[in-house]
Amino acid sequence: MPSPAPLVPAREGIVDAVRDAIGAAFLHAKDEVGEVSIDVARDRVADVLRTLRDAFDYQQLMEIAGVDYPERPERFEVVYHLLSVTKNHRLRIRVSTDEDHPVPTVTGVYPVAGWLEREIFDLYGVLFDGHPDLRRILTDYGFRGHPQRRDFPLTGYVELRYSEEQKRVVYEPVRLSQDFRDFDFLSPWEGAEYILPGDEKAKLPEAKGAPTPLKADEIVKAKAPKSPAAAPPPTPKTTATKTQTGAGEPTNATAAKPSRPRKAPARPRAPRKPKGKA
Amino acid sequence: MSTVPHQILAEEGVEGAARTGGTRSDIANYTINFGPQHPAAHGVLRLILELDGEIVERVDPHVGLLHRGTEKLCEYKTYLQALPYFDRLDYVSPMCQEHSFVLAIEKLLDLEVPLRAQYLRVLFAELTRISNHLLNIGSHIMDVGAMTPNLWLFELREDLMNFYERASGARMHANWFRPGGVRQDLPLKLLADIADWLDHRLPRLFEDAISLVADNRIFKQRNVDIALVSKEDALAWGFSGPMIRGAGIPWDIRRSQPYEVYDRMVFDVPVGTKGDCYDRMMVRVEEVRQSARIMKQCLNEMPNGPTASLDRKIFPPRRGEMKQSMEALIHHFKLFTEGFHVPAGEVYVATESPKGEFGVYLVADGTNKPYRVKIRPTGFSHLQAMDFMTRGHMLADVTAILGALDIVFGEVDR
Repeated sequence: MPSPAPLVPAREGIVDAVRDAIGAAFLHAKDEVGEVSIDVARDRVADVLRTLRDAFDYQQLMEIAGVDYPERPERFEVVYHLLSVTKNHRLRIRVSTDEDHPVPTVTGVYPVAGWLEREIFDLYGVLFDGHPDLRRILTDYGFRGHPQRRDFPLTGYVELRYSEEQKRVVYEPVRLSQDFRDFDFLSPWEGAEYILPGDEKAKLPEAKGAPTPLKADEIVKAKAPKSPAAAPPPTPKTTATKTQTGAGEPTNATAAKPSRPRKAPARPRAPRKPKGKA
Repeated sequence: MSTVPHQILAEEGVEGAARTGGTRSDIANYTINFGPQHPAAHGVLRLILELDGEIVERVDPHVGLLHRGTEKLCEYKTYLQALPYFDRLDYVSPMCQEHSFVLAIEKLLDLEVPLRAQYLRVLFAELTRISNHLLNIGSHIMDVGAMTPNLWLFELREDLMNFYERASGARMHANWFRPGGVRQDLPLKLLADIADWLDHRLPRLFEDAISLVADNRIFKQRNVDIALVSKEDALAWGFSGPMIRGAGIPWDIRRSQPYEVYDRMVFDVPVGTKGDCYDRMMVRVEEVRQSARIMKQCLNEMPNGPTASLDRKIFPPRRGEMKQSMEALIHHFKLFTEGFHVPAGEVYVATESPKGEFGVYLVADGTNKPYRVKIRPTGFSHLQAMDFMTRGHMLADVTAILGALDIVFGEVDR
């Protein structure tokens, strides 16, 4: 029995058919966990979606998602999720871009893309060429920055509060009373590829710290007249001896014995008989 | 864009002299601000309405006033820690939001879920659907002027909240669906009480409340032929759920792309005939009855057995087991500190939430935290279509249209 996720029937030969239809715009395709993704050229994405809508019956654009991969040369990925209600199939179209290169808008193909593209513009800063109304949508009026980027801190940069003196809401830089803590909880034995906090100290030669404070006996020695280094006492001091504690010899053997022999804990008590019964 | 409302108004002679006569230039278009604090705005919606007299020329919804950065927060949490955020998206139907995320994780893990857990999930997904529709139907009716049905339907919703509490310990933010199954099994008495509620209380109170409005003349005047949406528009604007079915397209993910045990369930998919606000409302009314039908089937057919995966690398052991077994204790500790690792890959899993298609696009990089969680809210696309649906209608129709959209801002703004 496979996982209980929605069962989308496979559409035979869809990748080949799309490749033939869109030609050079086709870059790469993969079919993983039963979902087909096709990477297409950025400049042609509107044409590709129009072809898919008209010739392949993908009538609905359900979602446009942005993903940020900062290590890639073109760091952003814009992912279109198409749905065909007649062929009962879902298709994912991906294009990659960066901050400077705009993606052609698909609002002419699917009007629903209007807000979806605005959202990606807002959260990632991806530009959409030809979009009729490219404004911020989710963030605050006058917000700066693109919060879904991986390098945008979770806490943000500004916080707002109501100022009783100014009788209005004021924006202030974020102040954290405690440093932001982000633990990944990865197991260091299972391929966590970083230095654990504190481990970097183990590699370095020990830095010269503050001088160790003198102990009390050393201070006494410094004041006393100098003598050759005293040899350590022949026997290290262990526990207190009788002479130190002042305890005498036991008076007799019987007094030294415990008055009662120690026994194992008594057997469990018998259940108490209920009172008042004959 | 529809010109029908204009024609209707013209025929009935409602249209003011200013529009027909030569004095039109006397009346300037003006803009009003609707919300963000308005009882009919269903949360924090700000609408900029451009009016010509009482006719709406353009609507510009401003959303994002409840934006909390859920997607960003999820990237900093393990999969299990990210789950409760989904309850807080659409706080009217919490478990259905969890459902998409849990299924997405299970799809990437290729995890098998015991049959009883699947039945329990379907049972509570449908219970949630009823709970969501009760709120929406009631508030929609109240938006167009009737008070009583809302109070009666809230009575029923209160029962559902109590069922939630008895199942998960929380009245709203349940966090009860978990990757691998459900958090805990239900007591037998709860199942019996749900069955009793479905047989007696729901039909009596619900049908009573609906009978007050379904054929009511005033209610129909406010809803019939308001905001007509054609099939083509519904597809182009990314409608889903009762909105697309109200427009006459029989599309239901539970039926077309069945998940869990929906393929074993017998239920009907109601569709509208005209695509107006009345159709959307009545589709929801019928869905309540169909959900009750599915719940009864679940209760009848539910097998015994485990309620969560026995894979201890994914689902924690029971408390009693931990007292006896060192292994179980280690698993528990590992799951609640490090969490489980999800293999790298990407999935888009969409389920039929009460409001429509609620999707989760999950990009995993093989660690214990999601690389990207993109939530596909249902109301976002619907609210976007508000502009073309409202054009040419009267100002008072805005609340009716908004009520029939079934908007919750926790989900639209994320």
